[in-house]
Amino acid sequence: MWAYLTRRLAQAIAVVFVMAVIVFFGVNVIGNPVDILINPEFTEAEYQQAIRALGLHLPLHEQFFVFLSNALEGDLGISFVWGEPALKLIAQRLPATLELAGAAMFLSIVLGVPLGMYAGTKPHSWVSKSIVSGSILGFSLPTFWVGIMMIMVFAVMLGILPSTGRGDTVEVFGIEWSFLTWNGLTHLAMPAVNLALTNIALVIRLSRAGTREVMLQDYIKFARAKGLSQRRITLVHVLKNTLIPVVTVLGLELGSLIAFSVVTETVFAWPGMGKLIIESIQVLDRPIVVAYLMLTVLLFVTINFLVDIVYSLLDPRVRVSGAGK
Amino acid sequence: MSSDPKETAEPASIETAATAAAQPARLAATNVVETPFQRFLSEYCESKIAIVAFFVFAVILFVAVFAPLISPQNPYDLGQIDIMDGRLAPGSTTFDGATTYWLGTDDQGRDMVSAIFYGLRISLAVGALSGIIALVLGAIVGLTAAYFGGRIEAAIMRLVDLQLSFPAILVALMLLAILGKGVDKIIIALVIVQWAYYARTVRASALVEREREYIAAAKALGLSSWRILLRHLLPNVLPPLIVVGTVQVASAIALEATLSFLGIGLPITEPSLGLLIANGFDYMLTGKYWISFFPGVALLLTIVSINLIGDQLRDVLNPRLRR
Repeated sequence: MWAYLTRRLAQAIAVVFVMAVIVFFGVNVIGNPVDILINPEFTEAEYQQAIRALGLHLPLHEQFFVFLSNALEGDLGISFVWGEPALKLIAQRLPATLELAGAAMFLSIVLGVPLGMYAGTKPHSWVSKSIVSGSILGFSLPTFWVGIMMIMVFAVMLGILPSTGRGDTVEVFGIEWSFLTWNGLTHLAMPAVNLALTNIALVIRLSRAGTREVMLQDYIKFARAKGLSQRRITLVHVLKNTLIPVVTVLGLELGSLIAFSVVTETVFAWPGMGKLIIESIQVLDRPIVVAYLMLTVLLFVTINFLVDIVYSLLDPRVRVSGAGK
Repeated sequence: MSSDPKETAEPASIETAATAAAQPARLAATNVVETPFQRFLSEYCESKIAIVAFFVFAVILFVAVFAPLISPQNPYDLGQIDIMDGRLAPGSTTFDGATTYWLGTDDQGRDMVSAIFYGLRISLAVGALSGIIALVLGAIVGLTAAYFGGRIEAAIMRLVDLQLSFPAILVALMLLAILGKGVDKIIIALVIVQWAYYARTVRASALVEREREYIAAAKALGLSSWRILLRHLLPNVLPPLIVVGTVQVASAIALEATLSFLGIGLPITEPSLGLLIANGFDYMLTGKYWISFFPGVALLLTIVSINLIGDQLRDVLNPRLRR
């Protein structure tokens, strides 16, 4: 187990490093920051001075070293637009995004797993068939368009849910949360459902497929032969074995929810970091772009790492075969 | 693997022998057994939804290909649109009653039917082009990995796993933040996002096929690696590749629409469905729903029909579900 852990950790660190290289060279080599940062009316002397001040006269690998050592100290540059440290700006908006992603994750589990297992245990009933068709639709619907349509129906036509912002928030541990007030919850409702849609569909399909596969296994036949009730077979034996892939994918999906919140936040003007990154890409606010990308990479690698650990605990075959390589 | 002088002579005789052997069997069984294509067709048609999906997609494809010929107007010819007709509701007519805007007009007085036809054209072209490039790239990489194995395989699969651990939209966001806007840029981004899916699929099925007798036979005959890869391995890994391909084209179209909606995808000179929806979003809060509703329906029909086709193909082509 420890060998597996260390190996996996080293891998995670390597991934972060590689992504840092890609992001840094991508942003600084393909796009030239000098053109954006420096006033075109500068004289040659001023120009050279500005380049020196920005550290751009150094060879690229040294620039990268400076970037890396600053990044390790939590300094990812200062936003051109806001004039504040990029990391601070993103950190301010992180809770809003996490709240949205958390709410969406909650919805996908409480709706997806039961629906999927039902469809898996009774594959030929019409309810199951509509669940499956619904999940195909959930996959196919473009998130942003569904969001717009939700605004049209619930905010413009019916006027029952607010279409933008977070509403009233309550401060807990110095962080603002929407889900603790009624007004905040009404604001959270549409974006959370919107963000959860694809995920609910995914969970339905996974748990349905898992259930169908597990139902055919010998140990289920054995349990049935032993005279266990269908209820116990489904809730204990099938559920446990179905959950392995669901847990992995859900863990990985947490990151993807955070990434996809970019879309939902833009549609519903939810003040999270996804909305910030889109605005920053459009105005070429590179420090924020770099900071966002690095932070998301770090987040993803951490999530993947944790999921792998959980997975190896659930399914010992993973770490056995992993150690053999 | 080095080439062998026997290489050219042997496979021809083997192939003719095979067809000759198959011929009488097929002739004898004509009345009972269908050809593989007929069987494929009848199995595909078992699902009514899949048939509907196929026809919906056929119509969409027709509209996209012949958009300039069948659109009521050229929505991007300023001589043909009248800003006085801006934001008319669906079913409105022009002042003189000569033209009816069945799906309304946008803020510029552009007929939405025409705008959607042209938008479909751009969305499908970008989706299909990036899908095909990614498929070819992914298939080559995946086959290479599976066939050669060892370090090449380990390196390629590490890269695939690394990329697939990040969601498509994040990779696309990262690439577009670096590359900037443009048709070529978004196609590059979509190809980079997708190739890994193809590579993984191809490798997985090629790993199984690699162990089959016919590959061993081909190797024993001394065929070159490339010949084995392209003539023997590739045709046998095609079914899963086709399934992944349909689903990936649908998701490429959706991803392009999303990125264009966010304002970081296609430039406004290439008005895909995503851009039409983004444009309509500005008028949504005043109740003018049609500017983004109908392009969205077109996008939805495209994606859903492709996905349904892909779903049915998956069932038909999956040997494990063979009844």
